[in-house]
Amino acid sequence: MSDFFMFSLVPLAVAVVIGMTCALLGNFLVLRRQSLIGDAISHVALPGIVASFILTGMLASGAMMLGAGVSALVTVVMIELIRRLGRVEVSAAMGVTFTSLFALGVLLLEWHDAAGVHLDVEHALYGNLESLIWFEGTGPYALFDPLALAELPPQLARVVLVGGLVVAFVAVFRRHLVLGSFDADFAASVRARPALVDLLLVSLVAVAAIAAFEAVGSIIVIAMFICPAAAARLMTDRLGAQIAWSQGFAVVASVLGYVLAGYGPGWLGFDASLSAAGMIATVAGLLLLATCLWGRRRHPAEA
Amino acid sequence: METWWLALTFRLGYNTSLVTLGTMLLGAGAGMIGSFILLRKRSLVSDAISHATLPGLALAFIVVGLIQGDGRWLPALLVGAAGSAAFGLWAVQRISERTRLGEDAAIGAVLSTFFAFGVVLITVIQAMPVSGQAGLTGYLVGATAGMVAAEAQLIALCALGVLLAVLVWRRSFLMVCFDAEFARTQGLHTGRVDLAMLALLMVVVVIGLKVTGLILIVALTIIPPVTARFWTDRPLHMVILAALLGILAGYLGVTLSSVTEGLPTGPLIVLSAFGLFFVSFLFSPRRGVLASLLAHQRFRRRVHLRQGLLAVARDEPIFDNLTLRILQRRGYLRRDGVPTAPGRAAARDAEHEERLWALYRECQPEDALQQEHSGLTPIASVLSPDAIMTLEAQLPPNGKQEARR
Repeated sequence: MSDFFMFSLVPLAVAVVIGMTCALLGNFLVLRRQSLIGDAISHVALPGIVASFILTGMLASGAMMLGAGVSALVTVVMIELIRRLGRVEVSAAMGVTFTSLFALGVLLLEWHDAAGVHLDVEHALYGNLESLIWFEGTGPYALFDPLALAELPPQLARVVLVGGLVVAFVAVFRRHLVLGSFDADFAASVRARPALVDLLLVSLVAVAAIAAFEAVGSIIVIAMFICPAAAARLMTDRLGAQIAWSQGFAVVASVLGYVLAGYGPGWLGFDASLSAAGMIATVAGLLLLATCLWGRRRHPAEA
Repeated sequence: METWWLALTFRLGYNTSLVTLGTMLLGAGAGMIGSFILLRKRSLVSDAISHATLPGLALAFIVVGLIQGDGRWLPALLVGAAGSAAFGLWAVQRISERTRLGEDAAIGAVLSTFFAFGVVLITVIQAMPVSGQAGLTGYLVGATAGMVAAEAQLIALCALGVLLAVLVWRRSFLMVCFDAEFARTQGLHTGRVDLAMLALLMVVVVIGLKVTGLILIVALTIIPPVTARFWTDRPLHMVILAALLGILAGYLGVTLSSVTEGLPTGPLIVLSAFGLFFVSFLFSPRRGVLASLLAHQRFRRRVHLRQGLLAVARDEPIFDNLTLRILQRRGYLRRDGVPTAPGRAAARDAEHEERLWALYRECQPEDALQQEHSGLTPIASVLSPDAIMTLEAQLPPNGKQEARR
């Protein structure tokens, strides 16, 4: 049991919080047909982090977050510039931007590899959920021990903070977000500032992606932005219910995925553990598959 | 620098030359098929395909590894990758057709789920007693350094096949890209043509895995076509240009990466492609940023000139500085703001032109709507001389225009 508190509690909590945060934002991305912006932003976090590392010379998380944030901003601006000035279709503009920036990130990384840095592409992609060990978490009583709580991995506090930020954003801009998602022209006509809210949404997507990136890797982030929200979309026609469903799916996927990755091989008699982040994303995809097959509102609207 | 020159001139050994040639062919294939996908507005489908190859790669690696102890056998890996990519593609199609989710959500869901499952399989492999595991991570970001001749030949052969297929089917592809409805009336099975396009895209992505890695192969199918689009408005020219740009990007990338030990090929190919894109984005004479800026400036000057001349003709004062400057530079205005003789003549012409346009719009509103008139097109370039004569005959004597309205 003490193993659970030491090795599993924090990763599980981080996964659940990130899953719920991403799924909450994902609802609006899916409704706006902008799902792939999360994909693009989580790819470009890599060059940002590498650049900040090269500039500061250390793996300080503050600088890394800043670097990734700047690169996310650069991405959004670049996509818009290419789209508007070059009159390129948006998905192509996105493709040009994020692949080039990612290539830049990989190049910088390999270039710096000689310095013996522990930072590699695989790590960025898969994350390292399992490494979030709470050394002081020796039992349930540690939860009430301020000294032990102070030793919690800092990633947990960070993702909780970001989660709170996202919830606050959605709560404050609820009406604006809904209006902008369904009818941007109408939103503009009633001064709901769709462009500004759009930018805020994308920035928060970036913030969430970066916070998650450090803890769990980028692949789970993309899955969590899209799969729970898309699955929820197939279950209901109401936005409130959709958000509730997506949160439920995110929790189920995180817990089930983590348990399967950690204990699944053991049940089958193998002594190994699988990538927790990968498994969580896989479970999220399977949930979406299930709703595609049996969801109550899966069919396209009648034309 | 010297090594680069040697690589550029194919004098860096048989293997390097072969890899360079293979990559160039790959670039050509990716550029060609990517152009059609871009015209069909489905660029990011290649992103889903490329990510969806990972579980297939890993599964093939496991199977081959269990049989012969070392999982690195390119043909099997490619078949595995193609299998799971096809499955992913099918999933994208089904989700976007049969459910209410958009294609973007379908692409995102498929790419993340498949990739994640691939990552899970890779951790399975890491727990297995199979050698050659490092070879698998090479597929994430690509590695041409360790490529052997047989692999390069296989890639080149597949790329050549794609080129031929695109050449043979280019007409049907174009028809479907531009007007799927029309293609259907011509007896074309649009679903099947779409499928053929995506299948070719899949082949390119799968064989590109070894060269650029699965994340960056997407770039080769998107960036060269987008770049080509800056230079031409003709679809077949665009396809050819995209192929050439793909070749150039591959050539530059591979040769650059052979300059120093340890430079990754994939990113250099992509960054070369991006460099070409960026140059086109700025300097293309049709759609480039610079050309657009110049055109905008020119248009602005013409508007100011016309408005200034009209103001002169109507004896209205001009306050706008730019207008004043333009008129003065042309010698239509003196420094103190008094119009010169040529200025008065030009003003009369402008006024006359404006009245003809007004009359034309009044008499033949339907025809006038057909003409794209920004207030600056000379009417003589739109109407025939006798039509203008007729209009001029109808023109009321100067000054009575207001009364007529």
